[in-house]
Amino acid sequence: MDRIKTEELSGAEIVVRCLQAEGVEYVFGYPGGAVLWIYDELFKQDKVRHVLVRHEQGAAHAADAYSRSSEKVGVCLVTSGPGLTNAVTGIATAYMDSIPMVIISGQVPTHAIGEDAFQECDAVGITRPCVKHNFLVKDIRDLAVTMKKAFHIATTGRPGPVLVDIPKDITAQRHEFLYPDSVTMRSYNPVTKGHAGQIKKAVALLQEAKRPMVYAGGGVILSNASAQLRELVKAMGFPCTNTLMGLGGYPGTDAQFLGMLGMHGTYEANMAMQHCDVLIAIGARFDDRVIGDPKHFAQNLRKIIHIDIDPSSISKRVKVDVPIVGNIPDVLKEILKQVDVQKADQPALKAWWKQIDEWRGKDCLKYDRKSKIIKPQYVLEKLYEITGGDAIITSDVGQHQMWAAQFYKFDQPRRWINSGGLGTMGFGLPAAMGAQLANPGATVACVTGESSIQMCLQELSTCKQYRIPVKIINLNNRYMGMVRQWQQFFHGNRYSESYMDALPDFVKLAEGYGHSGLLIDKPEDVEPALRETFKRKKDLVFLDFLTDQTENVYPMIPGGKGITEMILSEEL
Amino acid sequence: MRHVVSILVENEAGALSRISGLFSARGYNIESLTVAPTEDASMSRMTVVTSGSDEVIEQITKQLNKLVEVVKVVDLSEAEHIERELMLIKVRAGTKEREDMKRMADIFRGRVVDVSDNTYTIELTGHGAKLDAFIQALDQSAILETVRTGASGIGRGNRILKV
Ligand SMILES: Cc1ncc(C[n+]2csc(CCOP(=O)(O)OP(=O)(O)O)c2C)c(N)n1
Repeated sequence: MDRIKTEELSGAEIVVRCLQAEGVEYVFGYPGGAVLWIYDELFKQDKVRHVLVRHEQGAAHAADAYSRSSEKVGVCLVTSGPGLTNAVTGIATAYMDSIPMVIISGQVPTHAIGEDAFQECDAVGITRPCVKHNFLVKDIRDLAVTMKKAFHIATTGRPGPVLVDIPKDITAQRHEFLYPDSVTMRSYNPVTKGHAGQIKKAVALLQEAKRPMVYAGGGVILSNASAQLRELVKAMGFPCTNTLMGLGGYPGTDAQFLGMLGMHGTYEANMAMQHCDVLIAIGARFDDRVIGDPKHFAQNLRKIIHIDIDPSSISKRVKVDVPIVGNIPDVLKEILKQVDVQKADQPALKAWWKQIDEWRGKDCLKYDRKSKIIKPQYVLEKLYEITGGDAIITSDVGQHQMWAAQFYKFDQPRRWINSGGLGTMGFGLPAAMGAQLANPGATVACVTGESSIQMCLQELSTCKQYRIPVKIINLNNRYMGMVRQWQQFFHGNRYSESYMDALPDFVKLAEGYGHSGLLIDKPEDVEPALRETFKRKKDLVFLDFLTDQTENVYPMIPGGKGITEMILSEEL
Repeated sequence: MRHVVSILVENEAGALSRISGLFSARGYNIESLTVAPTEDASMSRMTVVTSGSDEVIEQITKQLNKLVEVVKVVDLSEAEHIERELMLIKVRAGTKEREDMKRMADIFRGRVVDVSDNTYTIELTGHGAKLDAFIQALDQSAILETVRTGASGIGRGNRILKV
């Protein structure tokens, strides 16, 4: 076989060529000694654009949200040692939420590995438990194919972050460059097609259901299955709930949507989960924040169908009757093809909806609308109104995150960007940057708290440099609100270290970074401030809302309790 | 319940730590773990002896299968299989004890593989329980050193684990 000898490139050039071949638009990163050759090559070209963050955690979060808010793959580039360790929180965040992402880290030269060299750390060892896979490239001949494998593994099966650790000497050596179109690995062949027999069983159960419930999670978003999910729910006339990660997977404004379920889910969603007779779980994993105590959940008998790409998610916490391992859109299409809507038990369904409407009557998300102090829920309702429900919302972690999930109705997937699995404070702002760059024309708002925003605040500078016009909705209650809430409920009102003293003047701070800011402390100013802010398409605006310090998130299932053992606001 | 799990894995640096890391991170037991390349040098065969309820064992095999470098996983305990372990045991064997020791080794089908003035080193293969029994049968104060490989397992008859 004739092979055309291609020109020899340096390892650094190979890395950049691989990124170009993958169609990578942006690399989020921060330079340092071990990646200088790669930065040199980035400098010499203009296809792959580099976004210089101010801390490597921000690079990982931005790349992660770039993935979450689009169908593209986020890429992040960090140097060895502290560069990599700074990125670890962001990598773990992506891992917990199964986000496809490729991280390239520099490493000390191969001959120095293991000698405690300057800025050496065992990147592969440190990240092993929080990546889908990782590689240390020890031979330049493996470089291109390893890059290909990284993108392949990150994006197929259950997605996840993949790290490629590249020693500095490899980036300087030269080798011919051949980027493979595809790779096959005998040890890695994710299942995609659901088992026909299981699908048949699922169809039968769905047709017989008297009290059906559809429980859809982040897997629906990741696999782009919203259209099929909607079609199934609509065709069958079933109620549907989404997990925190699944919001937008089913339209939030639809009448068949019961809201989010789980620890801060709606009364009706949690009640329907417990009392249904057929539950179809789609791309969700029955985790502790969703169903609470599995023993309590098992007290009511129901048949469970579970569709997921990852077999290890099935029957992990809850025993399942009909497991279907496969790509969600394909499985749902198959179910839709076979299901006979005429066979649905209409009288039973009618009675079930009557029951659900009774639960809905509790109006579990109600709050004091006449308050003289700004209620955080009110800000979110207005945010929803003024952005026409059309914004991409990123969030940090805490009460504000739960209120955003409860009060902003997401009709589309990939609009709600939050750290559900790891619960990483500091995620919101860098995530907003990534989401904005992936969706240049979109309205992007970061809903945050005064504690969370301070964890990656430095990225305000990145936003200035790249003119990223995200809007920051700071629900400032002067407390780590979620911590304070737990201390109020479960620790006898002892607010140990949860008060945020010595807060900066956020308006001046925003101005210091070259942006504008506004302090809002009266309910009547909320709407005008939001209106003005969202007119300013080109500017980052920091809105500092002074909100009620005592407000709590309801309903709430206390940790370890059953899904129906909710605390409702009126019970306090 | 005790299970013997057999794993075919790419013979790559780091694969072993990925597997052992999985067991420790998820709190699964490892009673023993053995690993060596197969006839195909690009692949290693690993035997892990573990214990847990059926649900836990199911999770273990699923989680192992999820590792990118793992080619195949089989729970040998699901059907008939053979399990063997090798032990080298050094015992005190002065003129007084020599004959007894030799006889004991013979009974257990062990072989004396090294001799010094006052020691024997005995090689013994078999199911772990047999090795335990041998140790029990000895005068405990005569045992100077033991080293065991941990179990290796293979399915009986036509059960074959191969790519
Ligand atoms: C990095 C990190 N550290 C600690 C926590 C624990 N934690 C969860 S919520 C929370 C308080 C968040 O406060 P704030 O950002 O002000 O939001 P609020 O709850 O007041 O809306 C803390 C400390 C966390 N999730 N992440």
